[in-house]
Amino acid sequence: MARYFWLIPLLPGASAFVLLLFGRRLARRWVAWQASASVFLSFTLTVAALAKLTAAGGGAAPLSKTLLSWIVSGSFSASVAFAFDEIAAVMAVVVTGVGFLIHVYSTAYMADDRAHFRYFAFLNLFTFFMLVLVMASDIVLMFVGWEGVGLCSYLLIGFWFDRPAASKAGLKAFLVNRVGDAAFIIGILFLLANVGSSSFAAINAAPGSGLLAPGLVTLAAILLFVGATGKSAQIPLYIWLPDAMEGPTPVSALIHAATMVTAGVYMVCRLSGLYAASITASAVVAWVGAITAVFAATIALVQNDIKRVLAYSTISQIGYMFIGCGVGAYAAGIFHLVTHAFFKSLLFLAAGSLIHALGGEQDMRRMGGLKKPLPVTFPVFLVGALAISGIPFLSGFFSKDAILTSAFAGGHHVLYGLGLAGAVLTAFYMFRLVYMTFYGEEKASCEPGAHPHEPPRAMTIPLVILAVLSALSGLIGLPVLFGDRANLIGRFLGNAFGSAAHHLAPSTEAVLVVAATLSALLGIGLAFRFYRRFPDAPARLSRRFPAIYRLLAGKYYVDEAYDAALVRPIIRGSEWVHRHFDLKVVDGALNGSAAAAGLAGKGLNILQSGLLRDYALAFLMGAVFFLGFLLL
Amino acid sequence: MIPPAAFFVLAVVLFVLGIVAFFVKKDLLTQFMAVEIMLNAGNLALLALAKAPGRADAQALVLFVITVAAAEAVIGLAIIVLVFRQRKSIRTDDLKDLKG
Repeated sequence: MARYFWLIPLLPGASAFVLLLFGRRLARRWVAWQASASVFLSFTLTVAALAKLTAAGGGAAPLSKTLLSWIVSGSFSASVAFAFDEIAAVMAVVVTGVGFLIHVYSTAYMADDRAHFRYFAFLNLFTFFMLVLVMASDIVLMFVGWEGVGLCSYLLIGFWFDRPAASKAGLKAFLVNRVGDAAFIIGILFLLANVGSSSFAAINAAPGSGLLAPGLVTLAAILLFVGATGKSAQIPLYIWLPDAMEGPTPVSALIHAATMVTAGVYMVCRLSGLYAASITASAVVAWVGAITAVFAATIALVQNDIKRVLAYSTISQIGYMFIGCGVGAYAAGIFHLVTHAFFKSLLFLAAGSLIHALGGEQDMRRMGGLKKPLPVTFPVFLVGALAISGIPFLSGFFSKDAILTSAFAGGHHVLYGLGLAGAVLTAFYMFRLVYMTFYGEEKASCEPGAHPHEPPRAMTIPLVILAVLSALSGLIGLPVLFGDRANLIGRFLGNAFGSAAHHLAPSTEAVLVVAATLSALLGIGLAFRFYRRFPDAPARLSRRFPAIYRLLAGKYYVDEAYDAALVRPIIRGSEWVHRHFDLKVVDGALNGSAAAAGLAGKGLNILQSGLLRDYALAFLMGAVFFLGFLLL
Repeated sequence: MIPPAAFFVLAVVLFVLGIVAFFVKKDLLTQFMAVEIMLNAGNLALLALAKAPGRADAQALVLFVITVAAAEAVIGLAIIVLVFRQRKSIRTDDLKDLKG
């Protein structure tokens, strides 16, 4: 079965094709069923291919298949070719596995939507492009997937396009990503021009073989990373992700938490040969990640929209993945990507179930006491919150610890400190959310007469599965404390990345583990004190430090700064050009040339008398003139 | 024996007559005849000039021209008849629809 691994992306693609063409005429249940089934088939194929890869052991050649030769121009060529190596395998399992659960969840969540078939068509299309991105064996095809997922993200953020906020958010996501992608394209062209080949293998080998000078390596890596900051919502291009929460909640879970936004991390890992060769580029990656991780976490502290808290949390967690990549612990970055995909999609889907129960309410200030009426959503949300906070033996604990330990071992103590501070903040804002929504007094925020209720089983079963994964998936990446061979995912990915260089003494590592645990407990304790024990404490604190509170609640006014520095000048400049250049110069030239042609026509009109004699005379005079010219 | 130059002079005279007739006359039929005279003047000039080297090519050419001219005259006359049927007039001063 693993032979047919190249069908993994094509199955959801074919399903999307059918749904886009005929979806309107298909029965609603069939649409949902077909969309989910296509992803499930992909998932089984992925597992089969993964099994083949693990059975072959370390150093096995990746599965690869060339479907067609795409661009052939001189010495350059790019083909539609898929490769299934260790990194792609891990990522594809996440995309198809989490993707399938979210498809199932959507069948209930979107059951009553008007454009039901369009939703599933886009969701399938997204899965297709994401898998193309993951399994592409060269950077040009990866870019196709990269842009494709961006398109689907835009389509799904603006899915309820009759809401102005949603269509605006879609546009914002698209435009901000264009900025990053401009740099990304330049980076790709740069590599193609210097390396002469688009395959990842050639690009990763280029710094070592001297095809790329060290300066060029840094430049190309940083250009590509600018693209990653757009797609993965890092400073300075993170501003689209919080607004992207206007989309349906399962979309936030799949695209804006689990898969697409981690594409930047995946790209850096794919090109680990390039990034590892440049100390400067790696430092840029790590520092941008670390600063984003803390920065976004501080904004999450004071947000009141439940989905926006999770969005800033996503930005912050992706920052951690970039710390991992930047300090050379690519396997740790991918490990955190996997666990994050589980617990963050769990948190989003549970939040969706909560919003569903409250009839669309997203403001946490109008929630509370939901622990009893939601006996499934509450425990699974709690598991997700504990996992992301880094409580020992849950998935987030191991993966975050793997990143922070690698940072410490690599001598990046400041990065480690930032990561630890971010961990305290993470635990705090997650439990602030938990206490505000599930504890305290019940607030009748949903429509009168209706009780908050658990959603149908199509929504709760994926939640339970994701909760189990969030709790247990950390066990695939146990730290060295548990033995040299305990880190399964590290050893598996080590085939692709080479093994991690740094090793710490067991005692040092034990200290780090304790520090991480304490920081998580500290965050939870603070949240308990502020939002459970003394519920009026947050208000007093915000009165005591009004400037800081306003700065955080205003999200550091970054949106406003971009608006003032970029958006409004561009709009004003465009208006000026419209008034002075378009209307005057362009329209003037057009109208002027039309008028000139009209005038010339009027002038030449005199010659057209319609009289045969006049024409004959002109002919005669022409002949005489011509003959005279010949004779003289 | 009449010298070839005389034929040539006759051809020139006929051609000028044709031109004058074309400009002086105001009905399409006469003007068409003037064109025919100019055509035949051209034929005559060709023969007169070709007489000197004593070659037969020109005579063959002229026979062709006469044949084609016959066909052209048929079409021309047919057009004139149709114009007359439509307009009840073949005065060229009346036919100035092409005035811009």
